Order: sequence, then C-alpha cells, then structure tokens
Amino acid sequence: MGAVFAVVLVMVGVAAALALYRLLRGPSSLDRVVALDVVVVLTLVAAGVYVAYYRDGSNIPLLAAVALVGFVGSTAAARLAVRRERHR
Amino acid sequence: MNPVAAGPVADVVSAVLMLFGALSCLLGAIGLVRLPDLPARLQAATKPQTLGLSLILLGTALRVELASAVTLVLVVLFQVITAPVISQLVGRAAYRSGGFPDDTLVVDELAEHLPADAVVGDEPDADRHGRD
Repeated sequence: MGAVFAVVLVMVGVAAALALYRLLRGPSSLDRVVALDVVVVLTLVAAGVYVAYYRDGSNIPLLAAVALVGFVGSTAAARLAVRRERHR
Repeated sequence: MNPVAAGPVADVVSAVLMLFGALSCLLGAIGLVRLPDLPARLQAATKPQTLGLSLILLGTALRVELASAVTLVLVVLFQVITAPVISQLVGRAAYRSGGFPDDTLVVDELAEHLPADAVVGDEPDADRHGRD
C-alpha cells in the first residue's frame, strides 16, 4: 500500500510541476487563471492522499475550505483579467 | 474508529481508484502544457482534473470513517458544480478579450447575440447591452 501512495504522490507532483510551468509561461493571464485552478485541484488531491494514508479525517474540512476559496479566487481572477486586458 | 470498508479487498479497490485518479490528473496537466490554445487548455484543465479528484477522494472515502466520507462526497459534489462555472467564465472572458483565434471556431453562436459592430477583442460597449 505504501508503494501505491508513493506512485500516486509522484504523479500528482509531476502534474503540479506541469501546471506551474503553464502558470509561469502564460501567455495570457487567463491561461494563468486556468493553471492556478488546476494547482488548487491538485492541492485538494494531495491533501486527500494524505487523509487516505494516515486514515485521519480531521483534515477533511480543510478540503472543503480550499475548494470554496479556490472557486471564489478563480471567478474573481477571470473577471478582473478580462477587464484589465481590454484597456491595453 | 470504523472505516467505511475494511479488509484487503477494500485496500485494493482504494488503491486502484487512487492510481487511476492520479493518472487522470497527470494526463490533464500534460494537456494543459501541450495543447495549443486557451479553449483547448480549458478542456484539459477541467474534465480530467474533476475526474481525477473524484476518483482519488472516492478511494480516500473507503479508508476513513463514515462521517468523513460524507464530507468528501460533498467536496466532490462542490467541485463538479463549480468546475463548469469557472470554465464558462474563463471561456467567455477569453472570447471577449480576443483569446479565441477565429479560424478555430466551427460555430460562433455568441457573435449573433453581440452588437453587429462589435469587434471581438475590442468591444468597449458590449457590457452596456447585457451583463457578461
């Protein structure tokens, strides 16, 4: 079971690195919003793997909170991004 | 503490679910880097990530007690509801700021609803005709 968790964490880590690459490269700020949303989901995934590994349910409210905040952040960033690029 | 499911079978099912979930997340992230333009990347960013999160949290839910598992189902439900909202908002913002190359669109139904003189990417009046 430990090997499974190691493989899962490596895959999620590589996915997060790829999303961070897109976050840095852009090219538009909307690309960055999308990439940041993916990073938030991967954070949820990693926290879920932690919960599964330690069988510790006390971190699960954290998952709900991160999901909520990530949604608000992405929507706000999407609206502000289009407004700023229009003035360019 | 009583897990939702115990025993070697539950462990194997949980491990398989988590492996497929992580694979889905990884494929989505590869698509995010490799695909050529924003609408294509939106596909890679929302659907595989939602599927991956659902599978991983389902695998997690098998290993924790029932009350925690119910909260995990809520998290999945919330993600399933909000991912299309973010995708739609970002897609619309991209369309309005000229992020969609014209030649990649097969059908452009939104153009019929915008003012005739509005140019995609340069439409200062568009907001006054309706909320976006």
